[in-house]
Amino acid sequence: MRHAGDLACVVALMLVAGCAWRTTTVVLLPESDGHKTALAVEDSRGEVVLDQPYAAVRRTPLATRPYQSSPDEVKATFGAALAAQPRREAMFTLHFAEGRDEISDESRAQLDAALADIAARAVKDVLVIGHTDRVGTDPVNDALARQRAETVRSELIRRGVAAENVQASGRGSRDPIVPTAAGVAEPRNRRVEIIVR
Amino acid sequence: MPRLLASRRRIARFAVALLACATAASGAEIGQVKTVSGDVTIERAGASLPAKAGARLEAADIVRTGANGSAGITMSDSSLLSVGPNSVLALDTFSFDTTTHQGRFDATLSKGSLAVVSGKIAKQAPESMKVRTPASVLGVRGTEFVVLVDD
Repeated sequence: MRHAGDLACVVALMLVAGCAWRTTTVVLLPESDGHKTALAVEDSRGEVVLDQPYAAVRRTPLATRPYQSSPDEVKATFGAALAAQPRREAMFTLHFAEGRDEISDESRAQLDAALADIAARAVKDVLVIGHTDRVGTDPVNDALARQRAETVRSELIRRGVAAENVQASGRGSRDPIVPTAAGVAEPRNRRVEIIVR
Repeated sequence: MPRLLASRRRIARFAVALLACATAASGAEIGQVKTVSGDVTIERAGASLPAKAGARLEAADIVRTGANGSAGITMSDSSLLSVGPNSVLALDTFSFDTTTHQGRFDATLSKGSLAVVSGKIAKQAPESMKVRTPASVLGVRGTEFVVLVDD
């Protein structure tokens, strides 16, 4: 009877601690653009900072051990998860004449590129965001930014993108590529961004 | 009298609309399932739904894959999360302001394999995104990493 009690106690402890008996392995991957990267992995024993590609740490119930992983190990262990990774977001920028909402000829190529990217995705989600420069008042620019975005959205829909997959919004002059003083005409800021994901 | 009835009806309609708004806010979309292979389910409020490509995700959803399953998710801050077979991934909290890019993202991998490409929330403020496993907490300072939880 006493042994049964001990056993129950051990089982209960294992259930409570159950999660912690699992092993966690973390591997830092290289950035796709080659930038520096890092990851802090913290557990009850302290913090390990991974700051080189394929730097890794494995935490077992007994120890936390940093080690160097490799592309082969990542492929073997994470092949399925990496194969399931969705396509990255892509952005296309269309420019506009001052105060206008017509798509310029040179922006047509960007529109075509966006359409090709949208077509290549199985599940389509497109954000169209309009911007202006700082000529004019905020209410005017908010309306113009919105109008530019709606023009591009309509064009995407006209060329076959389902309406429910495209959302348009305007940011007015709040989010410039090139910051300027009020009243300055800046062609690089008069734009619509098409974000495809 | 007919006028009074009409205005009551209007009030009732307004109340229904308000309720619909509140429901929409609590079930706000935080991401979308982009890829599905094999057995994948989404647990939401105790119910289990089969995950299909295109399915919208909500905060507190749990994504579960079977022995032959894998799935890829794009969050609304453009983070990418994908899980391999026999995985359980909880999207604990998610908020994202599309204007300021501020937000909060907490996810927990209780078992299986996960690949992460962090998005705009972590880019704006790295401390705003955390990935947890049963024994560890990952603070995102870069963008791409993989996590395995096994026995």
